[in-house]
Amino acid sequence: MLRNSDKSYGWISIIVHWLMAIVILFVFGLGLYMVELTYYDAWYKGSLELHKSLGMALFILLVFRMFWRVINSKPAELAGPKWQKISAGLMHRGLYFVMLLLLVSGYLISTADGAAIVVFDLFNAPALPWNVENQEDIAGEIHEVLSWLLVTMVTVHALAALKHHFINKDSGLTRILKVDTVD
Amino acid sequence: MKNFLLASTFAAATLLSGVTHAADYIIDREGVHAAINFKVQHLGYSWLTGRFNNFNGTFSYEKDKADAAQIKVVIQTASLDSNHSERDKHLKGDDFLDVGKYPTSTFTSTQYKVIDETSGTLTGEFTLHGVTKTISFPVEKIGEGDDPWGGYRAGFSGTTRLKLADYGIDYNLGPASTHVELELHIEGVRQ
Repeated sequence: MLRNSDKSYGWISIIVHWLMAIVILFVFGLGLYMVELTYYDAWYKGSLELHKSLGMALFILLVFRMFWRVINSKPAELAGPKWQKISAGLMHRGLYFVMLLLLVSGYLISTADGAAIVVFDLFNAPALPWNVENQEDIAGEIHEVLSWLLVTMVTVHALAALKHHFINKDSGLTRILKVDTVD
Repeated sequence: MKNFLLASTFAAATLLSGVTHAADYIIDREGVHAAINFKVQHLGYSWLTGRFNNFNGTFSYEKDKADAAQIKVVIQTASLDSNHSERDKHLKGDDFLDVGKYPTSTFTSTQYKVIDETSGTLTGEFTLHGVTKTISFPVEKIGEGDDPWGGYRAGFSGTTRLKLADYGIDYNLGPASTHVELELHIEGVRQ
């Protein structure tokens, strides 16, 4: 039930998947919104603090998710042509990779001067002991480009899931919605 | 190498302009005896200060012919540093200095008016954010003389106050923060 099976993902994978999906789309929208706020908007400071805190929370979830992925089996591959199986595998790996780089680049913006990131007033994520010149600018460019890349990839990923559900009528979508225990 | 290039450029420029026997100085960037600082009011409650870490400049000055003094300073705008990376990123972005589009800010003097031995008024062309304006501000000579390592040095300070909107920077920081004060502290090594 909690672990993945041959038929579907387990509850842990399902919950982490959707939790991250919701938070990622929210921080993407928040990111686009907060950079347009002016200095005298009441949420000028708060929006960035929330964005950073959620980003660090996503990082923890991602590390756990990658660990869970490694110690778990995966549901059996869906039927389909070979190119489809290969591109599905590449997309899943690509999503992990881009999420990781996106989170790291965001962290490098805020910690470029050695300041820690305050995560929900609960704990501090310290800065690295070294930084590069104009780190906040370089990391900022990368962060912006990767955020659009990730949302594009997520869109393709979601369309593929819908295609599996409605056109192929297989378990491509349902296996990440509920646990299939029927043998 | 950088210093050599700067020195050669300066020497060539001096020869071409026909100025002879003027004491030419290069701002001591290597030993960092020079600073360009700025300060802006924050909400009207305090001063926010920062600086530009990377700039170069040359000047010529002679005590007896102080009226002929000249200076040129080139600031690398991306070197802005207010000790807070998120703010630095914002200040370097297109809301403020837009350093990708305007990587340098320059000051070239056109006139130096002597008041007395240690003070004067400097006038020149200042370029910031792609906008060039003529500005005048008071300059104080701090001192000059031999240094302990076989060289000869002279140093000055100057402060000017700029209206950000004059340079096309119109981001609203509030009514107390429309102007920035720019401080220049330089020490030149005579060539």
